[in-house]
Amino acid sequence: MLKAGEWAYSDTLKEHFMNPKNILQGENTDAFDGVGMEGNLQCGDQMMVVIKVDKDKELITDCQWKTYGCASAIASTSILSEMVKGKTLEEAFNVTPKDVAKELGGLPDNKIHCSVLGDKALRAAINNFYTRNGMTDKVKQEQAKIVCQCMNVTDHDIEEAILEGARTYLELQERTKLGTVCGQCKDEAESLLEKFKHIHFGV
Amino acid sequence: MAEMKVYFDNNATTPLHPEVKKEMIAAMEMFGNPSSMHSYGREAKANVEDSRRKVAEFIGAGEQEIVFVGSGSEANNTVLSLFICSTSQCIPGTRMRSTIITTKIEHPCVLETSECLAHRGVKVKYLDVDRYGKIDLDQLAGMLGDDVGLVSVMMANNEIGTVQDIEAISALVHQSGALMHTDAVQAVGKLPVDVCKLGVDFLTISGHKIYGPKGVGALYVRQGTPYCPFIRGGHQEKGRRAGTENTLGILGLGKAVEMRALEMQGEEARLLDLKRALKRGIEERIDDIVFNGHPTDTLAGTLNVSFSGVEGEAVLLYLDLAGIAVSTGSACASGSLDPSHVLMATGVDAERAHGSIRFSLGRESTIAQVEYVLDVLPPTIQRIRNMSTAYIKGEVHA
Repeated sequence: MLKAGEWAYSDTLKEHFMNPKNILQGENTDAFDGVGMEGNLQCGDQMMVVIKVDKDKELITDCQWKTYGCASAIASTSILSEMVKGKTLEEAFNVTPKDVAKELGGLPDNKIHCSVLGDKALRAAINNFYTRNGMTDKVKQEQAKIVCQCMNVTDHDIEEAILEGARTYLELQERTKLGTVCGQCKDEAESLLEKFKHIHFGV
Repeated sequence: MAEMKVYFDNNATTPLHPEVKKEMIAAMEMFGNPSSMHSYGREAKANVEDSRRKVAEFIGAGEQEIVFVGSGSEANNTVLSLFICSTSQCIPGTRMRSTIITTKIEHPCVLETSECLAHRGVKVKYLDVDRYGKIDLDQLAGMLGDDVGLVSVMMANNEIGTVQDIEAISALVHQSGALMHTDAVQAVGKLPVDVCKLGVDFLTISGHKIYGPKGVGALYVRQGTPYCPFIRGGHQEKGRRAGTENTLGILGLGKAVEMRALEMQGEEARLLDLKRALKRGIEERIDDIVFNGHPTDTLAGTLNVSFSGVEGEAVLLYLDLAGIAVSTGSACASGSLDPSHVLMATGVDAERAHGSIRFSLGRESTIAQVEYVLDVLPPTIQRIRNMSTAYIKGEVHA
């Protein structure tokens, strides 16, 4: 239970919100080896992550960012930028929102959504580095896979709906309209539901 | 600068008036059931009726026209739910009049109840608002007809403060033979409210918005108006609202109204001065801002402003760390992912809604507090803009 005067967020999150680390100064990103941008202003959050890379060792030597986002977005990207410094591109690519949330000391369920943009933008920056350096074979597309053919709903749409609050198959249907025509995708959608609930909320 | 505590969120709720608090504490041991005939019951009953007289007087109603309820939301639910009970006792001829008209900027307790009624066969029409949050009387006139049973329009909006011309709306509504309800939760105690002048059939009041206690409200029901209790099963409130009375809450509401009658007149001018100082200071010290709501037909203490390139929840929480309490229309602060439905209805884009902050001043607000906010706010906005992908100086996302 929340005590009087206590934040709904952890102390670590509060610290990173009050004193965010590695904010990109100004607009110029020329000094960086990879730039990634995700989200949009209409949804209320947008994220830019830029990285410097030791090209021989494929190590991230610096990671900076800018965001149009709430306290959770600011804090989670701040901590992410600290976490990935010194990591290989491969390691950094595999950092999940759950890792970030854990490092922050937990996030309220309705705030998980706000924290996923940081690592999406980081992966975009890593891919951007590969592309710039002619290493296109290493670019890992986060390929969306169509789950519901009738309503054209992808696994990304399903993940998004779960982050926005869908917890049951019915709620998933309400948000995405998947499985409302032929219904053949129900099993696959249900297993994705369990998977993403586990990834993002540990349930 | 020394930190101050500044509560500029009076549209969300207000602190108890010291006189209300004193009266409630003194009455804390009054436990009798107003329905009981013995001395304990009579004491409680006398206090409830005393409050009823105060509330009635305050809005120009008769005592028998006031029903005490648990909240403003309950009062609004009660009025709209008349339509679920479609027997002739509740709304005469209702089978012919099965449409409700309301606006897109109502409180969720009206909008969600309307949606629920729509699932039960009631037809609901929603009035648009202009960029200032005003409804259009011509659009209303076009919607009215033999099928419309009730029109519900809030008197003053909680988010942007815009005040509607309820008198003109009521006149139009009554010409068509429909009933008129106004949710006056934000207006009562701030603006003069006289039910006869307004010409409404139902009017909603809440205790905690006027320095009274939470958990109590009042519904004005014009004498002779069709009515159906929302909570059934008791003779309390003349059978209009079952459940043993919240005597202490009702007593507090009565005292709160009494204090409003004494204090509100001079207060409006004072709050308007404070708001102007706040507005001018923001304009002078911060670039790329837009004020939301109506420039003149608005609550004296409410100022809603959008800061380009910043997200409202971040502003709210940085201000909170500096001791300042405000609200935002940002989605992130609401628990949903949609920004303020009120701002969206006024036609602003989602980014401007996400970047909106509401300052709502009240009787305890001072010019020193306004100055403190004006010291803290500019560096806070600058700090967020420095880390924002969305802020390009000079570009107002209007």
